[in-house]
Amino acid sequence: MTDRDKPIYLDYSATTPVDPRVAEKMIPWLTEHFGNPASRSHAYGWEAEEAVENARAEVARLVNCDAKEIVWTSGATESNNLAIKGAAHFYAAKGKHVVTVKTEHKAVLDTVRELERVGFEATYLDPEPSGLVDPARFEAALRPDTVLASVMLVNNEIGVIQPVAQFGETCRRKGVLFHVDAAQATGKVPIDLASLKVDLMSFSAHKTYGPKGIGALYVRRKPRVRLEAQMHGGGHEKGMRSGTLATHQIVGMGEAFRLARLEMATENERIRMLRDRLLAGVQGMEEVYVNGDLDHRVPHNLNVSFNFVEGESLIMGMKELAVSSGSACTSASLEPSYVLRALGRNDELAHSSIRFTIGRWTTEADIDFAVRLIHERIGKLREMSPLWEMYKEGIDLNTVQWAAH
Amino acid sequence: MAYSEKVIDHYEHPRNVGSFAKDEDGVATGMVGAPACGDVMKLQIKVGAGGVIEDAKFKTYGCGSAIASSSLVTEWVKGKTLDEAAGIRNTQIAEELALPPVKIHCSILAEDAIKAAIADYRKKYGEGEDAAKKAAD
Repeated sequence: MTDRDKPIYLDYSATTPVDPRVAEKMIPWLTEHFGNPASRSHAYGWEAEEAVENARAEVARLVNCDAKEIVWTSGATESNNLAIKGAAHFYAAKGKHVVTVKTEHKAVLDTVRELERVGFEATYLDPEPSGLVDPARFEAALRPDTVLASVMLVNNEIGVIQPVAQFGETCRRKGVLFHVDAAQATGKVPIDLASLKVDLMSFSAHKTYGPKGIGALYVRRKPRVRLEAQMHGGGHEKGMRSGTLATHQIVGMGEAFRLARLEMATENERIRMLRDRLLAGVQGMEEVYVNGDLDHRVPHNLNVSFNFVEGESLIMGMKELAVSSGSACTSASLEPSYVLRALGRNDELAHSSIRFTIGRWTTEADIDFAVRLIHERIGKLREMSPLWEMYKEGIDLNTVQWAAH
Repeated sequence: MAYSEKVIDHYEHPRNVGSFAKDEDGVATGMVGAPACGDVMKLQIKVGAGGVIEDAKFKTYGCGSAIASSSLVTEWVKGKTLDEAAGIRNTQIAEELALPPVKIHCSILAEDAIKAAIADYRKKYGEGEDAAKKAAD
């Protein structure tokens, strides 16, 4: 259909390109201004420290907190590790139970598993079929010995926005620390830490047009939250995270978050329009299912399942589009998306899902091309699918005796 | 996933996609696999006088390798007797398509599909093929 040498990028939730304005700000901090921000004895160190503090203030401004509450990390994975393990271990005397949700990112789920390995107990909540967690079920999961609850603000696969404001109130009332993974949320939804009862919040730069390899953790000061360091060394970041600060990365994150603050309102309107155009384009097709709540959702995400088409052949058929599949077919045993399984989607629908995520450089022409391609390729694959044929003949596939292999 | 050129060729230009009418004379169907496992193959053969497979069609729900394996066997079974077709081994399919180890199950499924279609033919038409052969002898 096209002679483009590269597929159209519709995978902005995997990562974003660094905005050229951000890259430009970063470069001098690699070459001319190379000082170590921890060097207190000369101007090289001073200017680097100033740049780091300016960036810290920019990150804080986007989420409305005090700059002193921002701790630099290598990314959201490290922030999640530091928040969850750091708080659970520091407050272990209070109790050894943590609560999270089955649809969290692996950086949270695996960290909680690690806590289980060292003697903690964990509750993994099931979301509703919409992907949202029911506040009553959340509250019921909190026990007197619960030290920490962790719920993501925006889901990476289906883009749903959890009611973390409500969960925060519940946690505060019950004396449970509340961590929120906001890696997918910055620049997409407003975040106001002055009003949210959130104690710890993880951020990443590269999901918001900043560089990879840099992130931050918000650690509340009032009431003060304490953490056990996971990285020991020179005592940087108030002892919470040692390691020489990567000035250029930090400057990049600061600039990316500054641009997000200034531009998110208008940018999200444009992106929502494109997403709705894509949604309208696929909704006319038969047997297409949107995964996750459409109302409580970030504007740039669309996750849909195309029934009766297998996931990997679907991705092969979409090779002109850079998208993510809910199916990990790289091993002999097919593994459908655990997020979609947690919503109660059956294996077939989970396998045949595609996540489209739109961003700063997506155009209307890109969306129109994608819609045409989807119609053509899904049509072709369905013509080839015995399941589609049976469906069209009115056979209920659930009543068929399959020879499992 | 790095596929061989042959797999990609079969995926992009599948041979003999489609279905025969179920009541068409000499047609038999083999359906193997399960949706929950990620592949279902339907292979149909049309057997003519003398027990020779005159035509074959397939429909496959599955990955690129599954589509390529079934597309390939529709080409291979044509012109073969049922016994010859039953002799096609999954290793031949895997070798022809240069399937990676994790995709060997696709070739096994294609072999199973041939066997299932032949079994369906024999069930429907008895040993008709042998009768035809005997008549020719």
